[in-house]
Amino acid sequence: MLAFLLRRLVSLIVTVWLASIVVFAVLQLVPGDPALLMLGVNAQPDTLAALRSQMGLDQPILTRYLQWAGALARGDLGVSLTYARPVAELVAERLAVTLPLALLSLVISTVLALPLGLLAAARRGRGGDWAVLGFSQLGVSMPSFWIAILLILLFSLTLHWFPAGGFPGWTGPGWGGGIGPALHALLLPALALALPEAAILARVTRTAVLDTLAEDHIRTARAKGVSRTAVLLRHALPNALIPVATVLGLQISFLVAGAVVVENVFTLPGLGRLLYQAIGQRDLIVVQGVVVLLALFVVVVNALVDIACALADPRPKGVSS
Amino acid sequence: MSTAKQRFTLVASAALALAATSLTATAQPRTDLVVGMALEPPHLDPTAGAAGAIKEVTYANLFEPLLRVDADGKLVPGLAERWTVSDDGLTYRFTLRPNAKFHDGTTADSADVKFTLDRARAADSVNAQKAYFAPIASVETPDPQTVVVTLSRPDGLFLFHMASGDAAIVAPESAATNKQKPVGTGPFKFDRWVAGDRVVLVRNPDYDGMKPTLDRVTFRFISDPAAQVAALKAGDIDAFTLFSTYEALPEFRNDPKFTVTVGSTEGETILSTNNARKPFDDVRVRRAMAYAIDRKTLIDGVLYGNGVAIGSHFPPHREGYVDLTGMYPYDPAKAKALLAEAGYPNGFDTTLRLPPPPYARRGGELVAAMLAEVGIRAKIEPVEWAAWLEKTFKGKDYDLTMIAHTEPLDIDIYARPDYYFNYKSERFNALNDELNRTQDPAKRNALYGEEQKVLAEDAVNGFLFMLPSVTVQKAGLTGMWVNRPVQANDVTGVSWK
Repeated sequence: MLAFLLRRLVSLIVTVWLASIVVFAVLQLVPGDPALLMLGVNAQPDTLAALRSQMGLDQPILTRYLQWAGALARGDLGVSLTYARPVAELVAERLAVTLPLALLSLVISTVLALPLGLLAAARRGRGGDWAVLGFSQLGVSMPSFWIAILLILLFSLTLHWFPAGGFPGWTGPGWGGGIGPALHALLLPALALALPEAAILARVTRTAVLDTLAEDHIRTARAKGVSRTAVLLRHALPNALIPVATVLGLQISFLVAGAVVVENVFTLPGLGRLLYQAIGQRDLIVVQGVVVLLALFVVVVNALVDIACALADPRPKGVSS
Repeated sequence: MSTAKQRFTLVASAALALAATSLTATAQPRTDLVVGMALEPPHLDPTAGAAGAIKEVTYANLFEPLLRVDADGKLVPGLAERWTVSDDGLTYRFTLRPNAKFHDGTTADSADVKFTLDRARAADSVNAQKAYFAPIASVETPDPQTVVVTLSRPDGLFLFHMASGDAAIVAPESAATNKQKPVGTGPFKFDRWVAGDRVVLVRNPDYDGMKPTLDRVTFRFISDPAAQVAALKAGDIDAFTLFSTYEALPEFRNDPKFTVTVGSTEGETILSTNNARKPFDDVRVRRAMAYAIDRKTLIDGVLYGNGVAIGSHFPPHREGYVDLTGMYPYDPAKAKALLAEAGYPNGFDTTLRLPPPPYARRGGELVAAMLAEVGIRAKIEPVEWAAWLEKTFKGKDYDLTMIAHTEPLDIDIYARPDYYFNYKSERFNALNDELNRTQDPAKRNALYGEEQKVLAEDAVNGFLFMLPSVTVQKAGLTGMWVNRPVQANDVTGVSWK
């Protein structure tokens, strides 16, 4: 088990390091000078040179990579070229929107999907099953940005229950912010993100529960006279949760990616929008930092899922220790 | 019976009282404002960036230059309450407001002005409009209220440039941190910035001039067109400036809850042409293109009719404008004849590079279709803004592109030796030199007229239309700028009815 964990850790570090090289190299190839972008169409050559040297863009590429990667290894993400603020600070600010958003949609999708999946499995081939399958087919085929627009149309423009976008902030009495207003602003976007996820998850749950129901120990339990509901909840569901959790773990990466789109529709100041804006502004330091962080996040989540599966079912790993 | 009557009176009077209080509550005009903008400023220092959004938030609200441009485009006092210009046009004497203070409590005096101007023209200056300060030879401060600026050569636009956001007066104590915590002398001061979402300004209680009616202004940044419309309809924002989802305007016009104003900007939208590259180095080809473009259709298609055609690089609302839109009326037959004369009877292939703004992407499609009618087959190449600046503007590696030039009174760009049009004209340069030497407004206007004619005759670029300044706002809001003589959301005169 220890060797497995170590292997996982090494591959994690190598993956992130490779990602840093790829990101840096790709950004060098993309046309667009951040200094020119800041100075615009009246830029004078000497002003441009002054700004480039101020930004450190006149250094050779290798020097810039080593400086950046060195600082990164020490946990320093650098200072944004356009915002003139530490990237870590910017990221922390944006994570305060994206993380609650992702978490909220994770909760919503799980709360929706597990009962629906169970219901479908319990009513296999009957009306309830077909309804759930239909819902999940619809949910899978509707992109979250489209759902987002529909939600805005209904809940913001027609019913006026929710704001059509924006984020007031978690703190700030007198600024219209605070926990209540912030959650209020996050609910529609979380729902838009959650519905497609819930659709997939409901299907996975249904299949997993049906697979478990076909196993011997369930038949034994039934033979002993345990009620249908008890079998479902006490025997089938816990066993079905392993594949469900695996899919849920993988979905987290998709949630973060989906957040980029949904954040733009709802104009939420999350990590996705920071990245989107930074690319447009050619704020290389921010783009590099955020992409490496996202890579780290995905790799860590995948590793955790693997480890969890290994712990739950040690067989495929052939544990040597 | 009497008790029932009494009860009724009680209930009725209570209801009346309630209605009255709620009426007085609603009769109290609001003192806050939420303004929607498409782009977020990267930072809030107008002296260190070209992004229009920086000035749209800070100009006149937070920071004051020596002079200001008002809603009509006129120069009015800013930090300087009056000024005089010597007869030779070389010496400018500014008298500052005696009680002006920065938001951090420090006095705003001549030393701050000298610091600002010297900083903007220094060798390591990163001012996006450094050229504005190039004519300055020296800045003297005989006393705290007086600044004397001496120029090395006359510059007819000097005062106008000193009224731009790039010339906002900053203090040495706060200049380094203005990007995040702007400290100016204006009637509003910075309150907070929720990055990616909004900037909040509050009234500056210590302002020494006329105090604004609003006590809080929030600028919200919404880039997605559908989200802009939704935010307006949901009532999340009170006004959206430079609104460019023109197809949604009829809906807002028909809704009594909203008012739509259409004014002018300084954005000349042109089909920029690489004058150095074949076949565009031939004036007959450029004129052929001018005849091939139907501006009326273009304005209908791109701006849904909300725009004005131009015949040269000058806005119709400014003094000195001459109407040259009739010089090349839409005439595809004539265009074909000119192309044949230039040696292209079967037309030619070229590329049309389009930056992201909708007017360019949408307009580019139409222009390409119109050019194709006369045999100019333009391949459309959409690019991002950063790539556009790098390859087209800086690298001058392009055939045709479409862009709005939004700097006010920027006809002088045609005199710049290596500007991306690659246009060279002794005639134009001579006029421009004379313009710089001229102070008299009537003579200046005549010279502007001459310059416009030269550009139109040479058909340097395809001159298309002025970008409109469209504002969608809640009914009852007054004082928002209708026109945009400078890039600004000056809300100092805005109030609720």
